[in-house]
Amino acid sequence: MTDARITTHPILEFKEGRKVRFTFDGRELDGYEGEPIAAALHAAGVRVLGESPKLKRPRGFFCAIGNCSSCLMTVDGRPNVRVCTEKLREGMCVTTQRGKGVLFAND
Amino acid sequence: MRTTEICVIGAGPAGLCAAIAARDMGARVTCVDSGDRPGGQLVKQTHKFFGSRAEFAGKRGIDIARILAEQIENDPLVELMLESTVIGFYDDGAIGIERDDALTFLKPARIVCATGASERMLAFPNNDLPGVYGAGAVQTLMNVYGVRPGKAVLMVGAGNIGLIVSYQLLQAGVEVAAVVEAMPQVGGYDVHARKIQRAGVPILTSHTVKAVHGTRTVEGATVWALGGDFRPIPGTEQHFQVDTVCLAVGLTPLADILWQAGCRMAYVPELGGHVALRDEDYETSRPSVYVAGDLAGIEEASSAMLEGTIAGLAAARSLGHSTPDFDERLAAARADLAALRGGPKGEKVRRGLDRLMRLGREVGVVA
Repeated sequence: MTDARITTHPILEFKEGRKVRFTFDGRELDGYEGEPIAAALHAAGVRVLGESPKLKRPRGFFCAIGNCSSCLMTVDGRPNVRVCTEKLREGMCVTTQRGKGVLFAND
Repeated sequence: MRTTEICVIGAGPAGLCAAIAARDMGARVTCVDSGDRPGGQLVKQTHKFFGSRAEFAGKRGIDIARILAEQIENDPLVELMLESTVIGFYDDGAIGIERDDALTFLKPARIVCATGASERMLAFPNNDLPGVYGAGAVQTLMNVYGVRPGKAVLMVGAGNIGLIVSYQLLQAGVEVAAVVEAMPQVGGYDVHARKIQRAGVPILTSHTVKAVHGTRTVEGATVWALGGDFRPIPGTEQHFQVDTVCLAVGLTPLADILWQAGCRMAYVPELGGHVALRDEDYETSRPSVYVAGDLAGIEEASSAMLEGTIAGLAAARSLGHSTPDFDERLAAARADLAALRGGPKGEKVRRGLDRLMRLGREVGVVA
């Protein structure tokens, strides 16, 4: 974990979940189970979560509460997952989404 | 189809108070929220609230969320549906709810809509770079999940949210380079402004962002001064080396459901944008649909709680529920709300509400 994690705070105590491993574009990272994927990525220094479909501009999160859809990524093969609210689980495969994402790719 | 007496959409301060009030009247309540815990945005408010004792003055938002939630959790009259998103309002009065990738329907006799607000954007070059975050996002990341949003932050907006989040950033060990505010004066309470000024953070009034710089993420920001006509003054540029730009430039009601329900809406800038016309009981032009909280007009959590109480009481009474203390409780909530809006900082909201109620009278939503 990097120094982005707050360890001492005058008011808050952070009860972290179990430490889990996951991958981001093939890179092994760790985070805490149950925290949003975006929080784990941010703590690992990853701020660019995707790219805009047309101009390919880098995208990060903006609202962090699942409203704005700035943070869409592909998680375990499923596109358009709002990683600011999706909870981190052991072994998750998180990848940068290119384009608008294809649902039912095997249909 | 599943039914309930009152469906409260949103379990933030307004929604929880609506659910509590309606339950106290004896109504059966279903409270639906997309988040994984009750409390809405209270869950990241680490500062102590002002206002009166009835609205938990002196308590921190995070504790208020817990106190409110405890009042309805495990209550046989209240069903709390978390991680459940209301995705539509149908002609027959049913609402669609998505949970675990499945859609279910609920037909309530009354709806109290308390969906809150979303954050405003500001137009400047590179406002889409990762590192330009809404103030609420910064709070969520750092106060709920314990992750610092960056090393150095430029705060945009000196309303209460901008000031409070600046202080919270300092508490989390993040540098706040400056707070910029387009207005010639600080919009939030002086007590919040003084706290960050004492910590050495400059508040630049009559200033705005000229541009944010960076290739993949934020690497810096340039601000410049605004003249009396709000036009930027070339030559006044100041550069800040920051990796995060936090936007606290206001909120706008999350009113999608009200539009879909066909509620009469009005654009009232003082209340944050489009808000529903509604009467003194917070019932909209669509009978049996009530509003409360930021959705009804952007204010504060304290006023949201009171509006929720009023809407919850009124909705329950309209279904024939009554308690001996109904009149007293409704009058108390109305009086507390008037007191909250009474000061000089409430002037804008009062102006907006005057306009909203006048428009409501013109079209007959308000008697």
